Formats: sequence, structure tokens, C-alpha cells
Amino acid sequence: MDMQMLTTLLWTVAKILMIVVPLILTVAYYTYAERKVIGYMQSRMGPNRVGPWGLLQPFADVFKLLFKEIILPSNANKFLFYLAPVLSLAPAFAAWAVVPFDDWLVLADIDASLLYVLALTSMGVYGVIVAGWASNSKYAFIGALRSAAQIVSYEIAMGFALVGVIIVAGSINLREIVLAQQGGIFDWFWLPLLPLFMVYFISGVAETNRAPFDVAEGESEIVAGFHVEYAGAAFAVFFLAEYANMILISALTALLFAGGWLSPFENVPLLAETFIAQPHAAWFLGKMFFFMFFFLWFRATFPRYRYDQIMRLGWKVFIPITIVWLIVAAVFVLLGWVEQGA
Amino acid sequence: MSIQVLVFYLFGTILTLSALSVITVRNPVYAALFLVLAFFSSAAIWMLLEVEFLAITLVLVYVGAVMVLFLFVVMMLDVNLSRLREGFARYLPVGILVALVMAGELLLVIWTKGAEKLPLPPGNPEGFSNTTYLGERLYTEYLFPFEIAAVILLVAIVAAITLTHRGRSEGGRYQDPARQVQVTRDERVRIVSMPAVKDKENGA
Repeated sequence: MDMQMLTTLLWTVAKILMIVVPLILTVAYYTYAERKVIGYMQSRMGPNRVGPWGLLQPFADVFKLLFKEIILPSNANKFLFYLAPVLSLAPAFAAWAVVPFDDWLVLADIDASLLYVLALTSMGVYGVIVAGWASNSKYAFIGALRSAAQIVSYEIAMGFALVGVIIVAGSINLREIVLAQQGGIFDWFWLPLLPLFMVYFISGVAETNRAPFDVAEGESEIVAGFHVEYAGAAFAVFFLAEYANMILISALTALLFAGGWLSPFENVPLLAETFIAQPHAAWFLGKMFFFMFFFLWFRATFPRYRYDQIMRLGWKVFIPITIVWLIVAAVFVLLGWVEQGA
Repeated sequence: MSIQVLVFYLFGTILTLSALSVITVRNPVYAALFLVLAFFSSAAIWMLLEVEFLAITLVLVYVGAVMVLFLFVVMMLDVNLSRLREGFARYLPVGILVALVMAGELLLVIWTKGAEKLPLPPGNPEGFSNTTYLGERLYTEYLFPFEIAAVILLVAIVAAITLTHRGRSEGGRYQDPARQVQVTRDERVRIVSMPAVKDKENGA
């Protein structure tokens, strides 16, 4: 191996770390934000004992989990039991390889990056199924089955919503999809694709097994669902994967429907020349945090759906909406109301 | 040996071994998971051929959806392996026959064409989009076969639903969400007015 290849390899690893380390830190403080936000929504304080304003709470939690014993249930399948957390974490991290933070700031600018993300997010379900089966526990197994059916159902609506984005953007590359939304807040795809935007985000909440779609965990019926038998570091990995997936869905919503790194004030008369109208990675992160907040808000607001209601919503409401709006979006493009790949 | 060849042999080995394991392992859940691994490695090999659209679609459709449902069913079934093994000797002659025919066909292809005579496909030019190319071909040149395939799939879906759908039985219980959401307070709540208890002797 010559010197050049080695430097390329090291540089790539460094880039990967530049994405993964901030991502893990974001997950840590997302858990803190979740407890604080839901706390204030319910007139409580949230964590406020470890460090100033409780800011060191995530680290206290992580160290507690790491020092705990990983318990292997009797007659559990040892290999699959330990493999499952990795299976759920790996796709959640690997999908970030194609997420563009700015026009130039992307690890791998591949041609079919939207499909790549869709393929990887659909693989996350294996971690859940394998965990549920390998635990040799009825509760875990029921949780795994619920989660598998739910993720497969909502993936269809999600995929159709993405087809709408592809029709309007004329590309399946995330960077080009963002560039197709240039021209200020009303040129972003959330407006012409409003129903698809809502379907996509709600399906994203369902896909990550978050409230109000968290029947896979369903504390009141099946204790903690698929990860009921996991303790210590193995549980922490599941936790990490769930939050990384939530951040990923928020980032994708920001990219696909809210103009990514583009400024909302482009082409606004007075502001167009100032720095506030310039595209910047900070816009992207801001939009991502905005959508991340919704996950917390949902959890504090809605009661859990019943399982048959979840299935009804996915199959009988979302899929028809997306199919109808696909035709509407195609007509928009055909009539020139929305310029394809503007 | 270039990196591509190394990667090809790596994924080729994984693919062959996992495909063999699908039919040799005893546990059906393991077999399904090995099949997932086989799909994944073949997607990686397709990726080496620079057909990223097909490779990603293979992962999306087969790994992400079809195998999840497979696993779903296999996990719930209590497969009795000893009974499956009983049939093994009975079907062995037929199996060997099919295997021989397939091997003969493969050999025939290699014999007539010659493996070393097949030229390597030329690499794609810079800026070539596999997805655009595939889309253009499917919707122009091969539009008719493509639509026939779509109709066949639709028929299959309709057939599967017709076979399992039994309709709503007479007097069976089912929910009507439209009626559920239109329920008003008056239909469910009845205010019963009762006189307040006044004298302590008769009151509870």
C-alpha cells in the first residue's frame, strides 16, 4: 500500500470521526433536552442535580450504563443476542455518510444517496427483530413482531412520499434535491408537497418507534418490548441507535422538505444582500434541531396509539394520501407550477 | 491484484458460504438470516459492476422488506426439523437430477462462449448516471414489457387478497372509525340526577 492510499484512508477515517463524535454528543444532549423539555411541559424541573443545571446528567447516565453487567437470559441465543444492538446501531450511523451539511460538506456525494438512506433505514429493523427473538422472552418477541410489522407498513408511505420529492426535484441525490429548492422559504418543497411532508415526518416518527407509535416498547403491556432483556452497555447501544435515528429523520426532513442549508430569506428584498440570506450549514443544523424538537413535543402531548389504529393510519390513510399527491405533484410539474430541479 | 478484485473475492466468498449455509444450517431463523447476508453480499458485488441503483434496490426490497416478512413468519412457526429431514432421502434422486441438469447448462454456456473470451464490460464514463440510464430505457425502449410486468404484479396482489379476504361476516364485530370519531358526548354520557343525601340517619 503506497503512501497516498494510506493518507486517503486516514483522512476518510478522520472525516467519519468528525461526523460520528458530534453525533454521539448530540444524542447525549438530546436525551438531556428531552427530559428538560418534557419536564417543563409538565411543570417539572427535569434533571438539575448533576453539574450546573444538570448539564452533566447524560454523562452520569452513560457511565452508569457502561459499568453495569450485561445479563444474558437463560437459553438466549448468545451470538444473536450480542449482535442485535450492533445491527440496529450500524445502519443508523452509516446513513450519515451521504447527508450533506453544506454544498461542499458531505462525506460521500454518491449519485443515488436518497435511495441509499432509504435502504439503510429499512435495515434498522433487523436489530429489533433479532433482539426480540434471541432474548428468549415472550415480551421481547411480541415487541419485535409489532415493530417489524409497523416498520414495514410505514416504509411504504415513506417511500411514496420520497417519490414525490424525486418528481419535483428531478434527482435522487440529496445535494441536488436541496439545490432544487433555492429561492426562499416558499420555494422549499414543504409547500407544494405539504401532505407528503406531513406523511413523511409522521412515518418517520413511526419508523423510529417513538411516541405516539411506540407500541414496540409499550411499557403498559409488554414491559419494554424488544429490549426488555438488555442491560448495561448493550441497552445503551439500542438507546443510542434510537436517538441517532430520530436525529437522522429530522436531518432528512430538513434536507428534503425544508431546504437543507439554504436560508429562508433568499430573495427577500432588503435582506437578500446581507449575511442572513446566505446559505450556511448553520441553517441546516437549525432546521434539524427544529424537527428534533417535534419528537419531544409529540411525546409530551399524545397518548399512545392502539395497535390496530397504527395499522389503519399507515395503510388506509397515509398510502392513499401519498398516491393521490404523487399525481398532483406530477401535474404541478407538467403544468410548470413547480419548476422541476429549479 | 487491484482492490476491486480483492473486494470481489471477499464478497464472493461470503456470498457462496452464506448461500450454502442457508440450506445446511438446522435453525430456520439462522437460514433466513444467512439469506439476508447472501442478498447483501450480492448487492455489494453488483455495486462493483457500477450498477448502484439495482444494488441499492436489492437491499431495499429484499433485505429491507421481503426478508423481514420471511423472518416474521419463520420465527412464529415451530418448524419440526426431524420431519423435514425424513423427506430428504426421498427427494434426493430428484434433487441430484435437477442439480446435474443445472450444472450441465452452466458448463454448456461456458463451453460455447469460453469464459476467457468474454470481454470485460467497459467502465462507465465520468458523470454517467446509472439511474437515469435505467429509467430512460425502462420507460422508452422497454415500456411494453415493463407495463406487462406491472400488470402481472398487480394481478398477483389482487389474487393474494382475494384468496385470504373473507369479507365482513354477518353479525361479526368490526369497527367503523368514521362513526367512532363522530361520537358526541350525548351518546356516551348520561347524567343521572339523584337527590343529595340530607338526613344522616338514612344516608350511608
